[in-house]
Amino acid sequence: MLEAAWLIPALPLAGFMLLVLLGRRLGEPLAGWLATGMMALSFLATLVVFAGLVAEDEAHRFFIQTIFTWVPSGTFSVDVGFLVDPLSITMCLFITGVGTLIHLYSVGYMHGDPNFSKFFLYLNLFAASMLILVLGDNLLMTFLGWEGVGACSYFLISFWFGKDENASAGKKAFVTNRIGDFGYMLGMFLMFNAIGSIRYADIITETQAGALSAGVASAAVLLFMLAAAGKSAQIPLFVWLPDAMAGPTPVSALIHAATMVTSGVYLLTRLNPVLAAADPWATTTIAWIGAITALVAALAAISQNDIKRVLAYSTVSQLGYLFLAVGVGAYVAALFHMITHAFFKALLFLGSGSVIHGHDDEQDMRRMGGVAKLMPITSMTFIVGWLAISGVPPFSGFWSKDEILIYAWEANIGLWAIGLVTALLTAFYMTRQVIMTFFGRSRFFDPTPEEINGAFVQGVLDAEAGVAAANEAVGPANEAVEKALADVTKREEALAKATVTFDDATTALAGSSEGDDGYDKLVKALTKAEKGVPKAETALVKARDKHTEALADVQVAEEAIDAARLKIGEAERERATAPRPPEYVTASSSPIDVSAFEDRLPESYHKRQEYHPHESPWTMTLPLVVLAGLAAVAGGINLPFTKDLHFLAHWLEPSLFLNEAKLTSSAGTKWILAFVAIAVGVVAIVAAFGVYLRGKGDPKQVENKSLALAVTWDTALAAFMGGPGRKLFDVLSFLDKKVVDGAVEGVGHRVQAAGTAARKLQPGFVRQYSLLVVMATAVVGLFMLTVLWLGAT
Amino acid sequence: MFAAAAFPILPALIITPLITVAVLMLIPANRNSELKLAALVGTTITGMMSIWMLYAFEIADDGFQFAVNRVWLEELGLSWNLGVDGISLFLVVLTGILFPIAITATEPHHDPKQYYIWLTLLMSGSMGVFIALDLLLFFLFFEIVLVPMYFLIGGWGHGNRIHAALKFFLYTMAGSALMLVGIVSVAFLSQDATGGLTFDVVQLAEAQALSQTAQRLVFGSFALAFAVKVPLFPLHTWLPDAHTEAPTAGSVILAGVMLKLGTYGYLRFGIYLFPQAAHDLAWIFLTLGVIGIVYGAAVATMQRDLKRLVAYSSVAHLGFIALGMFVLNTQGIQGAVFQMVNHGISTGALFILVGWVYERRHTREIAALGGLQKSAPIMAGVFTLVMLSSIGLPGLNGFVGEFLILLGGFQGARWWTVIAVTGVILAALYLLWAYQRVFHGTPTEENASMPDLRLSEGLAILPLLVLIVFLGVYPKPMLERIEPAVERLVVHVEANVDGFEEPGPEQLPAEPATADDLTHTLEEAEAEAEAKEEAESLGGEG
Repeated sequence: MLEAAWLIPALPLAGFMLLVLLGRRLGEPLAGWLATGMMALSFLATLVVFAGLVAEDEAHRFFIQTIFTWVPSGTFSVDVGFLVDPLSITMCLFITGVGTLIHLYSVGYMHGDPNFSKFFLYLNLFAASMLILVLGDNLLMTFLGWEGVGACSYFLISFWFGKDENASAGKKAFVTNRIGDFGYMLGMFLMFNAIGSIRYADIITETQAGALSAGVASAAVLLFMLAAAGKSAQIPLFVWLPDAMAGPTPVSALIHAATMVTSGVYLLTRLNPVLAAADPWATTTIAWIGAITALVAALAAISQNDIKRVLAYSTVSQLGYLFLAVGVGAYVAALFHMITHAFFKALLFLGSGSVIHGHDDEQDMRRMGGVAKLMPITSMTFIVGWLAISGVPPFSGFWSKDEILIYAWEANIGLWAIGLVTALLTAFYMTRQVIMTFFGRSRFFDPTPEEINGAFVQGVLDAEAGVAAANEAVGPANEAVEKALADVTKREEALAKATVTFDDATTALAGSSEGDDGYDKLVKALTKAEKGVPKAETALVKARDKHTEALADVQVAEEAIDAARLKIGEAERERATAPRPPEYVTASSSPIDVSAFEDRLPESYHKRQEYHPHESPWTMTLPLVVLAGLAAVAGGINLPFTKDLHFLAHWLEPSLFLNEAKLTSSAGTKWILAFVAIAVGVVAIVAAFGVYLRGKGDPKQVENKSLALAVTWDTALAAFMGGPGRKLFDVLSFLDKKVVDGAVEGVGHRVQAAGTAARKLQPGFVRQYSLLVVMATAVVGLFMLTVLWLGAT
Repeated sequence: MFAAAAFPILPALIITPLITVAVLMLIPANRNSELKLAALVGTTITGMMSIWMLYAFEIADDGFQFAVNRVWLEELGLSWNLGVDGISLFLVVLTGILFPIAITATEPHHDPKQYYIWLTLLMSGSMGVFIALDLLLFFLFFEIVLVPMYFLIGGWGHGNRIHAALKFFLYTMAGSALMLVGIVSVAFLSQDATGGLTFDVVQLAEAQALSQTAQRLVFGSFALAFAVKVPLFPLHTWLPDAHTEAPTAGSVILAGVMLKLGTYGYLRFGIYLFPQAAHDLAWIFLTLGVIGIVYGAAVATMQRDLKRLVAYSSVAHLGFIALGMFVLNTQGIQGAVFQMVNHGISTGALFILVGWVYERRHTREIAALGGLQKSAPIMAGVFTLVMLSSIGLPGLNGFVGEFLILLGGFQGARWWTVIAVTGVILAALYLLWAYQRVFHGTPTEENASMPDLRLSEGLAILPLLVLIVFLGVYPKPMLERIEPAVERLVVHVEANVDGFEEPGPEQLPAEPATADDLTHTLEEAEAEAEAKEEAESLGGEG
């Protein structure tokens, strides 16, 4: 039965190849069913191998299956081969099990996507790679799977490549993971250098026999830790995972929650003899990185409003727990929590996907609420997931998390404290999520801030148009004033002139006497001048009146502007004071009264009122129900009460070569620790209910600080990549052009110039060439003489 | 050594393209399709013959096979001395495969007759370089290939093609001028040891007659010629110009075949003839190789022209090969040879794809492209596969070579390798970024209407895609043919360099551990724990 091992990865791989050839022709939904079927068969094959392994005697639960020699080179050789043991088969069981469910779910979720078959092609390739990763019998096979899942993750994150953010998120995931791969590759080389092989069987036997010095083992541990930090999204390489949510939700569930991101932890568990051989500080580093990641990510999760981003940070945080567990030698607890996490986090992601699917692709929790009534199955199952992750007994998460906390307690009280605070935060942000999404009234139909803005923007625009019109009226009025003023000046001048004429005439008349020649003429002139003055006076008065009139017009126009400006202010005020959805939403946030401006709301709002949020089809709800069942009871695989109930611990024992840390605490201590953990969870849930359901306390206080934390890491990295990093590359590429190539081109030009001087008649190419030949001959001759002389002596 | 088949396959590899040239000369210049057909048939027959050699090749034989040795000019010591071993075998096959593909994939825009004549002539010369075992004969071919390439770039290239062609020609010419002196010197200096003037590379290598200083000087003259050809930093600047301005077929051959003249030269002539000098000066080439890896990648990242980006990626890839060769161990050299072929396949395919984009959009400006995955999904898929091969994704060919180089490198040149591994990150960065800008996003109007791959184009590139996957999944047939020759070279270095031992792991497991060994280890651990527990409980009681 063990011989069926190769079928486990081969079946989804066959599915991938079939879909490459026939995918487009099969189309929807056949392509999806084919992929799902292949996964189901792979799950069956895993069950068969599992049964075969169980049938073996405990110490003989190892089976190496060699397919063919892959890379032989001198003393180095690796096979395409599989190592079947309790560890790898445990991984296979939940990968194929959860994988099948998520494939099934995707048939419903991806309905109507133009690239339906392509999605399943990638999904099957992913599953095959993931299974190769865990089944590989050497580090290179694991690396094959490791990079394969990375590539599939890249394809699937940027699946909707039309949007640039999605494409960037995919690239970010791949490149960040490559930084981890740097460690993986060097780790591999170091293992080969130290023991001459990278097969796990050789590594394990040689290391257990003491062939690895503590120094080398520590170096290897650090290198593989870097690799694992990339894949399992640990500080400082976790930044890619929140962005990876750009991919379709089933991808987030399968790859970025349940399987791929656990491969770092798997790798470290597989190498447990190397960890055991390393100096304690090396493994302690792993534990601390895990603990700090768990805490930081949990803090960041509190302020997220995107339903998937909460879960993404939560995943980073839970993976931190796994790192912490591995670091303190609690491999079984790590695997236990990995399994329960696979169930409840896949459940939560798929549940959120179902909510998103039923709400017209809305992902903002501030726009959800009341989903419990609309989507009963999704809600019930999600609540199971919430209880599991929050550590409420008897749901699965409690048992596995408690296990890790006990080991942390024994290793270092600081680790335990961080783990406990993380547990508190986890229960808090998950409760927040559940309340925002499922409780209260549905905020889905509320107008969005953008829509409200849209409604009132018209008022402002109208008022602004009024101001512009009034401004236009002022122009002509001002012109009229100026014209009138000019007229007044003209009239004044005319009056002055008339007065002067009159005075002149008076003087002239006074200087002459009656009877003189022209006396009559002078009298006539005086009479005329006498008449001119009043005429000019009248004209001036008229002009002055006109000026006054024009000034009044201007005033009217200016008043109109002021009035219009007031209107803008009013419109702005109206817009500013319009009811708006609160930035920090709780279940008790009151609805917005839109009656006053409903008809002014844009198209998108009215369209949404006709949308009916709906429960998802059975292909999606069935996986939810199954996963909810598993998330509820999976704790049963490793109950702490008696030794007989440690099924998982017992089962994994052969793969761990007694490198598992041993607990020394008394039963009493364990009970106390468990109760503390329960109490912390309950406090957090009650607190979150208080804030988000009852509206006591201000959510703003918590969320702002958390948000700042989440943003800092990302911007720091982006700032480096966009700033000095990019500048360095720019400088190099500039130098290449100007200095490295510049020197060559410069020599070329010199030669050309010299050539021109030497032989002005020869045309370009021949000239350069012949000069070069002459020079070359000279150099060659010198060189030859030197060598011959050296040879002779 | 004795596998010389009845049919003189090696001379045929050189002569068949020459016959094709003769046929092409007889066809009138305006018969475009006949010309193409003739060139295609001639190069394909040559390619088929090279592939046939794969089957006839004796895997276990570490010497030269299909050997032909006829004295040509006795008084000069010049002979028509040809042979193939694991190092050159796949370069010959690569040449045989790439030429027909380059001819099928693109067509010249004018003067097809001259174009095909130059290409076919180039094939003859390229074959000659890889199978010549006589130093003078090698040099002849090494120089002769420059001429057709010069005319291909200058005649059918883009943009500033004359300048690029001239730069390429003069740069590589200048580089190899000293090599001729070196060749003559080593033959004359070895005259006593070899019992007469000979340019036979095997005899010269076995003789090892040069003093240390002479060896270094002559090695230097070879190394300079090869460094320009590879190209090693900082002698690489002819490459982006030549690659970018060359016609597609020219770029494919330039990257796929001609760059390998340099790396092949280091193995066949540099290290083989002058093991001591190569060993002493290895640090120079390791350093330049590693600089090339990081520097080539960094500069590639900032390129605005897609073809220039691919050209700079070659500088990085060839840096890996240099690193692998000069570690002087089996994994490193084997990986280097493997990677020479890989680079020909992936970079050749990349150039073909970029050429097709250019034919459709009349631009290679990355900023002018975008969203092509929407209009040309199949081309995007093909590009993705080739890109992942170039990035070195396990399961594809590029990884196997890169992995072996770095694995070998780590054993002998640890810190160089640590830096070289960063090249793996950078390769992902520049290629994925370029892919994002060219294929992702929403296409503009011109890009939205770009036609997808035609069936004929798909068929032309298909062999390369098959090789990319096959060599990644099952590299063994190729590796096991390369290995004996590489091991012979390593042994040769060990024998001729005092105190040198092939860098390798500190220990080797006697036998690969089995499942039973794991059981045994587990039981031992359990027994040990039990004993410890017992001792503790005893100690506690006492």
